[in-house]
Amino acid sequence: MNPSHGHGQTLAEKILGRAGGLDRVVPGQIVEGKVDLAMMHEQGAQTVGPFHQMGAEKVWDPERVVIAIDHWVPASTEGAAILHRILRKFAAETHLPHFYDVGNHGICHQILAENGWVVPGDLAVGTDSHTNMLGAMGAVAAGIGPTEMAAVLALGELWLKVPPTLQVRVRGRFGRGVTAKDLVLRILGEIKTTGATYKAVEFSGPTIERLSMPERFTICNMTTEMGAKTGMVAPDQTTFDYLAPIAKHAMHPLRPDSDAHYERTLDIDVEGMPPMVACPYSPDNVRPLPDVVKEHVKVDQVFLGSCTNARIEDLREGAAMMKGHKVASGVRFIVSPASTKIYQQCLEEGIIETFTTAGAVFTNSSCSACFGGNMGILAPDEVCASSSNRNFPGRMGAKEARIYLLSPTATVAAAIRGELADPRDLM
Amino acid sequence: MKDVIEGRVWVLGADVDTDQIISGKYLTIIDPNELKKHVFEIALPEFAAEAHAGDIIVADENFACGSSREHAPQAMRAIGVGAVVADSFARIFYRNSINLGIPTVEVRGVRKIFEKGDTARIEMSAGRVTNLRTGAFVTFPPLPPHLLHLLEVGGLVEKVRVELERRRTAVGTPP
Repeated sequence: MNPSHGHGQTLAEKILGRAGGLDRVVPGQIVEGKVDLAMMHEQGAQTVGPFHQMGAEKVWDPERVVIAIDHWVPASTEGAAILHRILRKFAAETHLPHFYDVGNHGICHQILAENGWVVPGDLAVGTDSHTNMLGAMGAVAAGIGPTEMAAVLALGELWLKVPPTLQVRVRGRFGRGVTAKDLVLRILGEIKTTGATYKAVEFSGPTIERLSMPERFTICNMTTEMGAKTGMVAPDQTTFDYLAPIAKHAMHPLRPDSDAHYERTLDIDVEGMPPMVACPYSPDNVRPLPDVVKEHVKVDQVFLGSCTNARIEDLREGAAMMKGHKVASGVRFIVSPASTKIYQQCLEEGIIETFTTAGAVFTNSSCSACFGGNMGILAPDEVCASSSNRNFPGRMGAKEARIYLLSPTATVAAAIRGELADPRDLM
Repeated sequence: MKDVIEGRVWVLGADVDTDQIISGKYLTIIDPNELKKHVFEIALPEFAAEAHAGDIIVADENFACGSSREHAPQAMRAIGVGAVVADSFARIFYRNSINLGIPTVEVRGVRKIFEKGDTARIEMSAGRVTNLRTGAFVTFPPLPPHLLHLLEVGGLVEKVRVELERRRTAVGTPP
């Protein structure tokens, strides 16, 4: 809680300065930023109308636009089929080559990550709130609405208020069975859902430096639940190694100044931290999982998926725990990989066999049960243990349903036991 | 946009997220006139049937947090909501709502001076929200010029249309 009062710039300030062609920017300043990457999912269908109403004739740079459908893949309703058709037609008419359509699909943020669409120094925007995840590349990545996206497609720029930065410094080593998800839940529990509203969250410290890119994706992903404009990690060798074979455009690696001015600094020590859980009905209603386990919370459904936690590492760890166990009687366990590529890896590594033999449903890659509009929908009063990111009323179906947010292995533990369980007891 | 906006008030609590405004099951609906039948279905079930054009939403902190779905302000615009005022907003909703031309104002302490059915008067340039039943009021810093401009021209579509027109004309003009 000791804000640094230096005169240097934070990572977000440096990137927005670059995007605006300015040497120096300060929080509160409005910047007209050039966009390096624009991403649309199904909500992009609502971009088409405003784009034409604006009188736009072409997209500013088709090489900087990615469309990745993910909420209803393949289309599960006529309405979804129409959204997909609108996007396909728009992509054809405006010559957008980078369309991740059915068969080559995945959750939009994972598509951006695993194909190197966002690189250090970028200003990236997407029509999904969890676009924040891509800030893990050392970028400013933020969610916007479809009308705003129409303006971006037409002009290649958008206005942004330079946010103040919340610095989160993390030290200590994770104990067995404790993950990046537990860390981000703990931070949410401390700063709450408004703790970073309009702010950039910059993660640093020895623990963050040791995290893999997938782990950094998980923590930056849930800065959305803190209200943040973006969550970010300064680029380092881990970033460069991840991106070297896949980067789609030139990197402009920027790092915060050592005397950067942070609005607030939060110091976290993860030494001895137990697994965490966000209880209904808010992602900031966070408690140590062992305390909640004592209350014997029975579950009807378990979901291992979403942009937060459905990468190959998450599914590997989950499968390792699942092996030799069965899904508890009366529990529905849904596993949904974050992309087709991850699906194929699961097939090769026997992960699909492990889960399906145990009695889980292994679905095609999509947002799946996370958002309550496609599959895995909860009935009133049902309880779900989920590796996803939100548990507000009605998020996964009925408003009375209760959702507990957990790490991937903690969801598997719940599937095996039929109630919330400490994953360390099954390792 | 009118400088003084008056309307009947609906009140909402803190952390009303976009799922409670337009539920995930309606996200494939594009027609705002269909969407408006479901607006606030979870947070305020009677709203869709009873709201009138010109009504004002008054909410507590972190209004419309959650997803980026523009369906939420689109449905409110289809109903004809006159303004949305809250102690604080989630950032994507705030941008979406202003981009659609809905007067959207952050006013610290506003929720606690209103009850459902009161009449609110919002003075945009003076920076004041008054409860006309009780006389209680709270002040706010007027919106920054670029946001006021967006609202005055009627939203982002119109602003960009004019900008593209200007650029085309500029390109066509000999040096």
